[in-house]
Amino acid sequence: MKEGFLIEQERLEHEAAASLKSSGLINDIIRYFRKKSIFVLAYGTGCGAIEMPPTFTSRYDAERFGIRGAATPRQADVIVVSGYLSFKTLRRIIHTYEQMASPKYVIALGSCTINGGMYWDSYNTIKQLDKYIPVDMYANGCMPRPEALLEAFIALQKKIENDEEPSGWERYLENIEWYRQNQRAVLGEDIKPAYEADWYTEGR
Amino acid sequence: MTILTIMGQGMAVLLFAYVAGMLYYGLYRNITARFQKRIGPPVLQTFYDSMKLLFKDEATAFGWMFYLGPVIMATGSVLTLLLLPFLRVWHEGSLSVYGDLFVILYLMVMGPLGNALAVGVSGNPFGVMGVTRGLTRLMGLELPFYIAVIGVMSVAQSSDIWHIIAWQQIHGINMIHYPLLFIAALFSFVGFMGSSPFDVVAAPQEVYSGPRSEFSGKFLGLLMSQNAIFGFAKLLLMVDLFWGGADSIVELILKTFTLFLVTIVIGVVYGRFKVHQAVDFLVKFPTLLGVVGLLLL
Ligand code: SF4
Repeated sequence: MKEGFLIEQERLEHEAAASLKSSGLINDIIRYFRKKSIFVLAYGTGCGAIEMPPTFTSRYDAERFGIRGAATPRQADVIVVSGYLSFKTLRRIIHTYEQMASPKYVIALGSCTINGGMYWDSYNTIKQLDKYIPVDMYANGCMPRPEALLEAFIALQKKIENDEEPSGWERYLENIEWYRQNQRAVLGEDIKPAYEADWYTEGR
Repeated sequence: MTILTIMGQGMAVLLFAYVAGMLYYGLYRNITARFQKRIGPPVLQTFYDSMKLLFKDEATAFGWMFYLGPVIMATGSVLTLLLLPFLRVWHEGSLSVYGDLFVILYLMVMGPLGNALAVGVSGNPFGVMGVTRGLTRLMGLELPFYIAVIGVMSVAQSSDIWHIIAWQQIHGINMIHYPLLFIAALFSFVGFMGSSPFDVVAAPQEVYSGPRSEFSGKFLGLLMSQNAIFGFAKLLLMVDLFWGGADSIVELILKTFTLFLVTIVIGVVYGRFKVHQAVDFLVKFPTLLGVVGLLLL
């Protein structure tokens, strides 16, 4: 099984190789809108959370790239998981992630989400976020500065524009069994069997 | 006046209001950013946001009653816009000869009530809180606005907006003749535009965008688009009632944007009132101004 940083390395190389692909005019336009407008659900879990307010306020002003905070998970496009995740928080993250409307993306902020960081031998944190929800972009560092977070956002925008397939939420839906298995391994059997959004959209 | 001219003109007005509303709200965010020493989003940002949302999935389903809410809101906004005099030269072939001020005032409340229905179906506590706050605020907003409208109607001796505009053509604009009425209406107008200090409905830090908190994807996009149209309709109403309407597109843009700039500046300078503070303020100060204005007619 690949470790988080290897996956990231592979992604970076992949990104350098990828050039702008076109898949029809309509799709290009839709992707352009998606790229230009990103609503962020900032889920402050670890110490990295403190870097998010400066990113969105006057000093670093993420809004100039079309990136702004979302009030509820329903309206969000991106969830930022900032740092280490205890098992308890992981459950909330999964609930939140599954209630977001697709297309949706995950940005993992900080070393803790990649390989456990300085909590590598902790008994109640997860070590590799990508095993539980599909991460689209990592910002590494302990803790990453707002510049790094902005860079992650811009890399994500490039990824959206290049339409790299499959994106995280598609991977999640395809491999839901694998993700559920990993989730059950740390959270016990008390986790919903099906994709949670199905429950909400049932009877549509 | 054939049905085709009415429809053609209606579509043109709608398109213009959509584009202008989107640009105005984009400028709102940009100018606010400049006040806060930021660079701010591009002017088209609101447009990008709404378009992106229109191509997104929804995360929730609460049945057709829930989806009806945004549709009723959009209907209310579009009707309000179409029943308002757009340009003075467009009297012929305009739907607005059928509506009068009473219909407009009714339609302006219809949207929020329709949305309240949808929010009630979703059962989201933040949404219900937002609706309650909205209705409480509406009591405060309507009082000074209706007083000002009564004043304007009684001087023109008509509830027809075309008459009110014509009256201003002869006697000079209401804004200058009856400044007290205008100021009273302006306070309500700032609230109707959802600008600080009266933006208690969707306060993101308190009720998580209130009535909108359960909406996602296309329906949120629809809400954003109709908000742009409705925003322009409200500007148009103020221009018609107090600024004598407009003859050309350029004049219309100048007048509406000036009014919009006033709301932006007020919104940037002041923080948000609590709900009771907002109502308290509105029923005291602007209402008093309006009543004095009425007595001085
Ligand atoms: S990566 Fe460092 S700063 Fe971020 S949560 Fe982990 S320990 Fe904290």
